[in-house]
Amino acid sequence: MSDKKKVKISSGMAGRKKSGTVMIFVFLSVLGIFMFFPVYLTIVMSVKPVEELFVFPPKLYTLRPTLKNFSDMSEVIRQNRVPFSRYVFNSVAVTVSVTFLQSVIISMAAFVLAKCRFVGRKLINNIIVISLLYQSNVIYIMQYIVINKLNLTDSLYALILPSAASPMGTFLMKQSISQLPDSIIESAKMDGAGLFRICWQIVMPNQKPALMTLIIFAFQSSWNMQSGAFVFHEEYKTLPTVVNQISSAGMVRAGVSMAAAVVMLVPPVIVFTMVQGQIIETMAHSGIKD
Amino acid sequence: MDCYLMLMPFMVLFVTFTVIPVIMSVPVSFTNFNMVQTPEFVGLSNYTALFLSDRIFMKSIRITLIFAFFTGVVSFILCFVAAWLINSMPKKIAAFFTLIFYVPSMANVYSVWKVIFSGDINGYINSLLINTGIITAPIQWLTDGRYVLGTAIIVQLWLSLGAGFLAMRAGLQGIDRALYEVGAIEGIKNRWQELVYIVIPSMKPHLMFAAVMQIVSSFAAGTVIQNIVGFPSTDYQAHTVMTHAYDYGWVRYEMGYASAICMILFLVMYSVNRLVSHFLGKNTD
Repeated sequence: MSDKKKVKISSGMAGRKKSGTVMIFVFLSVLGIFMFFPVYLTIVMSVKPVEELFVFPPKLYTLRPTLKNFSDMSEVIRQNRVPFSRYVFNSVAVTVSVTFLQSVIISMAAFVLAKCRFVGRKLINNIIVISLLYQSNVIYIMQYIVINKLNLTDSLYALILPSAASPMGTFLMKQSISQLPDSIIESAKMDGAGLFRICWQIVMPNQKPALMTLIIFAFQSSWNMQSGAFVFHEEYKTLPTVVNQISSAGMVRAGVSMAAAVVMLVPPVIVFTMVQGQIIETMAHSGIKD
Repeated sequence: MDCYLMLMPFMVLFVTFTVIPVIMSVPVSFTNFNMVQTPEFVGLSNYTALFLSDRIFMKSIRITLIFAFFTGVVSFILCFVAAWLINSMPKKIAAFFTLIFYVPSMANVYSVWKVIFSGDINGYINSLLINTGIITAPIQWLTDGRYVLGTAIIVQLWLSLGAGFLAMRAGLQGIDRALYEVGAIEGIKNRWQELVYIVIPSMKPHLMFAAVMQIVSSFAAGTVIQNIVGFPSTDYQAHTVMTHAYDYGWVRYEMGYASAICMILFLVMYSVNRLVSHFLGKNTD
């Protein structure tokens, strides 16, 4: 009994030594510095005044931060026929729609693919994995043909609908739900719950970490989505399309393209932090019980 | 019946925008499609040309395999170790490290590596090495054939704590706390036993997901490398299979040939996927 209590206090994990935890922290910090250094450098370069960009030795900080790179960036974009806000609006519209559609459509499909028995289930699961593994530069052309046949080119639908049924998100959710004991679903069925209710009221609350991860993937892939060949008119193009034009044009200094990278990075970081907070909260409150 | 109803919206969109384009693209590899003229059936000639007369393709296979080892195998292990170690940290610190490790995958911030590896003395690596006296003249990290592959591997490794890593984090967070408590009562003494008897069995499906993600990102790498070390890279030293497909598809417009390249790559990735799935055992599909 006293043993059990001790275990509970150490958050239920076995044999935790303090020295071990410190070593892990040190290891993670070293890896963390490698991971974060380039991001840090991007941020610093985005606020460096131009005369500091090419000095020897290159500096890791600046004492005279400036927002000139950001104002230059919006200056470059303003030369397009469409205001900056239009690109932001398009990107936000695409991002919100894709994230919402993916969470609803994929959650339901993944639940069925993981837990319902029907003919063709294994085949569909295999096709999903195959479509993830099949990387071909002709697919894009074929997608264009399909979108064109459906008269969807040159609209935001051309960007939203193809990403709404992401095989990657479905595969992730299906894998995660398959870990859930069948007994939960069986007992809910006994109680007379329909599949819709089981999916949304029993399975999904248990799948918060996976669902939140799906939301992060959906948000970030749609936020970074370029219009490519599916959209020709400037007023339907997304923010990454125009940001990419800036950095690939090569006429502007490094500072401006770093500023563009920072602009693209901020929203995913905010969403990621919010979603992480959600996961921590649910893990603290809900016990997943068989 | 509800089953089909709930699956329907996904299937309609998935079949229309993914499955149909994939199926349409398969026959292209048996044609001489060049995006202008009507494609003609050429049988297996794209494939025979690939294996019999394309020396650069052979080189690109070798480079892709080296690349896949570091950014696939090594990175898969790194993802798991990082995700697992993070999980033993207090929650706030764990969230912080997850964010730091995942930031590179969130947006296209990798172009900063060109500044870090820049070949003049203003490059961060070169200036560090010169200041510490290790080298006297700057090294051309991005253009010297001896270094481009290494440089590309470092950048891709930096990017590779992505989807797989995050899925593993979710898998670890989804493990029922009670399982650890039961384990402790049953006599599990340390982290290693916990890892083998509780953690890994509980997250096999997430490991499978991460494996697929790692296979795709390592075998099909190309865009990032092309941006960092240029296209084509010096002496084709960082020329992956996907870069080769890009070369034929979007530079020379020989789409049929490019499709054949992609098809070979797919068969390799599919075999590796079967192998991994076999090792991870059943219940992973």
